[in-house]
Amino acid sequence: MSILIDESTRVLIQGFTGEKATFHAREMLAYGTNIVAGVTPGKGGQRHLERPVFDTVKQAVKATGAQASLSFIPPPFAADGLMEAADAGLRLVCIITDGIPAQDMMTVKRYLLRYPRDRRTTLVGPNCAGIISPGKAMLGIMPGHIYRRGNVGVVSRSGTLGYEAAAQLGALSLGISTSVGIGGDPINGSSFRDHLERFEQDPETLAVIMIGEIGGAQEADAATWVRSNMSKPVIGYVAGLTAPKGRRMGHAGAIISAAGDSATEKSEFMRSCGLHVAPSAAELGASVAKVLGS
Amino acid sequence: MNIHEYQAKELLAGFGVPIPQGGVAYAADNAAYVAAQLGGDHWAVKAQIHAGGRGKAGGVRLCRSHHEVAEAAAALLGKTLVTAQTSPAGQLVQRLYIETVEPYVRELYLGLVLDRKIERIRVVASSGGGMDIEEITAHRPESLLQIQVEPAVGLQRFQARELAFGLGLNQKQAGQAVVAVMGCYRALRDLDANMVEINPLVVTQDDRVVALDAKMAFDDNALFRRPQIAEMRDPMQEDARESEAAGLGLNFVSLEGDIGCIINGAGLAMATMDMIKYAGGEPANFLDVGGGASAERVAAAFRLVLADRHVKAVLVNIFAGINRCDWVAQGVVQAARDLRVPLVVRLAGTNVEQGRQILRESGLPIITADTLADAAAKAVAAARSAP
Repeated sequence: MSILIDESTRVLIQGFTGEKATFHAREMLAYGTNIVAGVTPGKGGQRHLERPVFDTVKQAVKATGAQASLSFIPPPFAADGLMEAADAGLRLVCIITDGIPAQDMMTVKRYLLRYPRDRRTTLVGPNCAGIISPGKAMLGIMPGHIYRRGNVGVVSRSGTLGYEAAAQLGALSLGISTSVGIGGDPINGSSFRDHLERFEQDPETLAVIMIGEIGGAQEADAATWVRSNMSKPVIGYVAGLTAPKGRRMGHAGAIISAAGDSATEKSEFMRSCGLHVAPSAAELGASVAKVLGS
Repeated sequence: MNIHEYQAKELLAGFGVPIPQGGVAYAADNAAYVAAQLGGDHWAVKAQIHAGGRGKAGGVRLCRSHHEVAEAAAALLGKTLVTAQTSPAGQLVQRLYIETVEPYVRELYLGLVLDRKIERIRVVASSGGGMDIEEITAHRPESLLQIQVEPAVGLQRFQARELAFGLGLNQKQAGQAVVAVMGCYRALRDLDANMVEINPLVVTQDDRVVALDAKMAFDDNALFRRPQIAEMRDPMQEDARESEAAGLGLNFVSLEGDIGCIINGAGLAMATMDMIKYAGGEPANFLDVGGGASAERVAAAFRLVLADRHVKAVLVNIFAGINRCDWVAQGVVQAARDLRVPLVVRLAGTNVEQGRQILRESGLPIITADTLADAAAKAVAAARSAP
């Protein structure tokens, strides 16, 4: 088991024929991801990377039985593509795109609520590195070779810190069940808590690392949930101890603007909820090893 | 992106929000002329900077004659204003807004914000106008009235009406307040703002409701479809290197320390800065070179970082996913040829061996590191040993 994706997941790529999407789709295919189709409006009927291209997501789903989508659609059109994928009934949509207007994401999140819970699309991202279940499937832009298969779940706002965690775990011969990037935007498709709930249910996952950063209340919400609902150990880390107030640190969502937004406050809150807080970003792997060893 | 008060008022007036009469001025005689054009005998001369707290910092002067207006303008223009919301270095005043003073009987607070927690637009109002929202929340929480806007249908007039009557306004005033609230909401929605703040919103002696101050901030991600807003950018209110970086597609924030940072990914950049601090040093900047970091972009990043004369060492930390270590290494080698400070480089991820080989074969005195902790420790040691 793993969460969200495995080797059987039938994947389509939105914005398939673009340069970036082509590069990453090749990497994903090489990794063993089951890509069944692509969607680029106006290019329906063509073939790309030996896969059929469709004009609409609905056509692609009907013809190929695709279950999940990875979107590379550029910011001005991204929200439209997300709603299209949800409307076509995909159960998982992951979007890499950085720079989507916040009001567009607000609209998308509201749109997803049109559907009853049992058929509601899980949205991962935007502005994220994607999802990987090592040895099974990769739905994203990460360097697949640094991920070792194993029993640690990773959920991170930052892509590169997710890589850092994977490398540190690997160096200690620890592997990953699934790693999810929820993205650096102020409004994300899914939250830390959404994925912690999945990891709690996943028999292959024994512990979870949650890598947050400054800004917003998601880390605190997740920690509160962990305190009373999670049986598995959770190792927390929050980047941005040195970040000044009121400045956007790269990610649109990484800005200290309210009480509770700072890395120190979030780390202290995590500790108070029973999470194991890694003392620094260099000790993500070691902190997991310590928790699993004891 | 932030804009000036006068720009926010101009935009809001376009959505029907009542504002006092006013005009912008760039020089003292210009200010007196604007006052004469406005007429009357009582004006406010307001420094235009991208920060609040101007009143308490002496950035707003009340004047009774054209001569006083000119004097106030001369005193403010070219002055660096330090307020509770600026950095200790303050913000340079280059523009003034001259406004007719409206006598008023009540001060209210009105704020609209795209609230990331509820993923909706939140409208907040209080009878405690004049205080900032933090003070109101701390000292008069009972005075706060709130609306969450359902995104599918938008703000409804009844919600604005409930807010207005909740503030204790009479029928005539409430009608005016509804116009102001609805106008602010439409401006926020239609212009992709993420914040509109009217503090204070005042009630005049003749029952009009007027925005005495106005602040708007915009979603940088939406500027591509709001060219009229993008044009309002005032680069003089922003850090010169940060503006330059933005033009190059780099995310840059300047800080106070002496270790220059060049990193890919915002999260790793923040974490590396934290590691530097943890190892006893201070970062000079935040810099995310982003995905697809070409040799040119790395070279541009070096130029930006080294423009800060306080930098005593540079730390490059790249965990390549979309990026490739060999491209980055080529950029590093080019930039390092005429480097005046020690350079620590840590490469990991895609094509790491090729990248390391390029660094080794360059023959340059580059200090290499394998892990994040190693990189931070070496950068701190290098900065300490620098003259």
